[in-house]
Amino acid sequence: MSPIKISWKSLWSKPLSSALNMMLIAFGTGILTILLLASNQISQKLDNNSKDIDLVVGAKGSPLQLILSSIYYIDFPTGNIPLKAAKELSRSPLVKRAVPLALGDNYNGTRIVGTDSNFVALYQLKLENGKFWNTDFEATIGAGVAQSQQLKVGDTFYGAHGLSSSSDVHKSHPYTVSGVLESQGNVTDNLILTNIASVWKMHDDHEDDHHQHDNAEKQIENDDHKELTSLLIQYRSPMSVAIFPRMVNETTNMQAASPAQESTRLFSLIGVGVETLQWFAVLIMLIAAISVFVNLYNSLKERKYDLAIMRTLGASRGKLFGIVIIEGIILTFAGTIIGVALGHFALQFIGHYQESNQARLTGMIFLQEEIYLFVAGLAIGIFAAIIPAIQAYRSNISKILSKN
Amino acid sequence: MISLKSVTHRYDQQQDIRFEDWQIDAGSQWLLLGASGSGKSTLLHILTGILKPVQGAVTIKGTSIYDLSSKELDQFRGRNIGIVFQRPHLIKSLNISENLVIAQSFAKLPTNLKRVNEVLDALGIADKKHAYPDQLSQGQLQRVSIARAVINKPALLIADEPTSSLDDNNAAVVLELLMQQSGANQATLVVATHDKRVKDAFKHTYELS
Repeated sequence: MSPIKISWKSLWSKPLSSALNMMLIAFGTGILTILLLASNQISQKLDNNSKDIDLVVGAKGSPLQLILSSIYYIDFPTGNIPLKAAKELSRSPLVKRAVPLALGDNYNGTRIVGTDSNFVALYQLKLENGKFWNTDFEATIGAGVAQSQQLKVGDTFYGAHGLSSSSDVHKSHPYTVSGVLESQGNVTDNLILTNIASVWKMHDDHEDDHHQHDNAEKQIENDDHKELTSLLIQYRSPMSVAIFPRMVNETTNMQAASPAQESTRLFSLIGVGVETLQWFAVLIMLIAAISVFVNLYNSLKERKYDLAIMRTLGASRGKLFGIVIIEGIILTFAGTIIGVALGHFALQFIGHYQESNQARLTGMIFLQEEIYLFVAGLAIGIFAAIIPAIQAYRSNISKILSKN
Repeated sequence: MISLKSVTHRYDQQQDIRFEDWQIDAGSQWLLLGASGSGKSTLLHILTGILKPVQGAVTIKGTSIYDLSSKELDQFRGRNIGIVFQRPHLIKSLNISENLVIAQSFAKLPTNLKRVNEVLDALGIADKKHAYPDQLSQGQLQRVSIARAVINKPALLIADEPTSSLDDNNAAVVLELLMQQSGANQATLVVATHDKRVKDAFKHTYELS
């Protein structure tokens, strides 16, 4: 009979205290797993979405709000900017690419984004099937939208005013799905893309046949009263960093916000909470370690005689040491496995009930860092069992046996 | 053959306990008598290789056991010495059959379930094979501990007060089983006791003063 089996049986003979120890370890590991997965996914999403965007120009207000609304599509926009001013900025020699955004409508909570082909180039979008939007009221939808709203090429839907509510539906102009995008793993999966003119037309139905142009670009040139929500800017050279934002902030009525800076600021705000939770989890793990130690230590007192008998049956000191250590490791390792599994389930569960599509978390991703959790579990097991194990190793069996 | 030669033991700072030399022929059955406090347990522990005496040598089957390393001694004890304690002390987390198998594996002998069944049969507890220790009576438990002591066919079977916590009936049964099992397994038997009920059954006596 192997020492592992002996340890295993010994744990099973006191299921309640073994379960309590495992639960403590599992709880601590579970929280750490959730934190690890969530912060990893959030930072990856932040990076992925703002990867190629150097600057966002929009109406004055909170820079963080501007970034959230124009890059992550979670907050409300700060307001609108005049089309004319936006176009002037786009033509600046410092700018390599400027992507106009016109927000304001949604379909069942999914944002409809009026933009142009620069958006496609910026995010390097590819089509799963169909084609990109071409005329007014044609829409290309993200892979996530196609799945969650069950839309396919050729389907039609009505946009609603606002960014989340579907109460004020624009019944006059249905959108037609012209294409579905490949899944990109970023915000574009959950957006409906169309041309800017469609978004405008949706909001001034009365002007009916005023502009019959198909081309959004042309329309931008023709109309000075029109407005955009924001511009996503790619710099021509790193030099622009120093000049361009200041120029926007000082000489125009608009503001420039850097995604990198604002993401860092946002993360540092979340970071405090994450750190608190981390310490909390570490504390739980520590309590778990002490609890495993106390459990083994107490059971050793009860089992002193058992262990002495094992020695008389021929087991060496080393074997007893091993049996006690293995008990500790089984407890913490099983706890760790349960904890990691629990963490993944919990995150998947949280993701399932999350309102925002853009920041949806998933428990189905496994990270290499999780190996450290197992190493930690193992270390805690050894740490908690080492003193009882040494005691078992050193015990004077003659003394123990003669006491009874 | 087992011999005890000029053995002296001393617990720290206390008086020396000297033991008379003792020759035990293979297969003989001995009674070890002595009042409590006379060093009975000490002598049994020395004889079984649990307690190293300050002086002297114990030789079992030609091996001077205190010349072995700690690990070798543990294994030697597992293979050649069976011990029955006053209380059975089985491992509570293992069932009866496993309690015997563990004695085989601690002695580094292969698991032999046939032998386990044979021994349990001989002691009349084969039907309790899958029961756990806390489901058995004291008398049954003492039988299991005898089974465990003889499972590896030891050269020396030692029993320390095996009957003192049992009633007359069980005491007689246990004593008979001990003698019968030591005979069946060709083991030398040493029973330490102050129990008067036991005395008459033995020819040889080693008395501690």
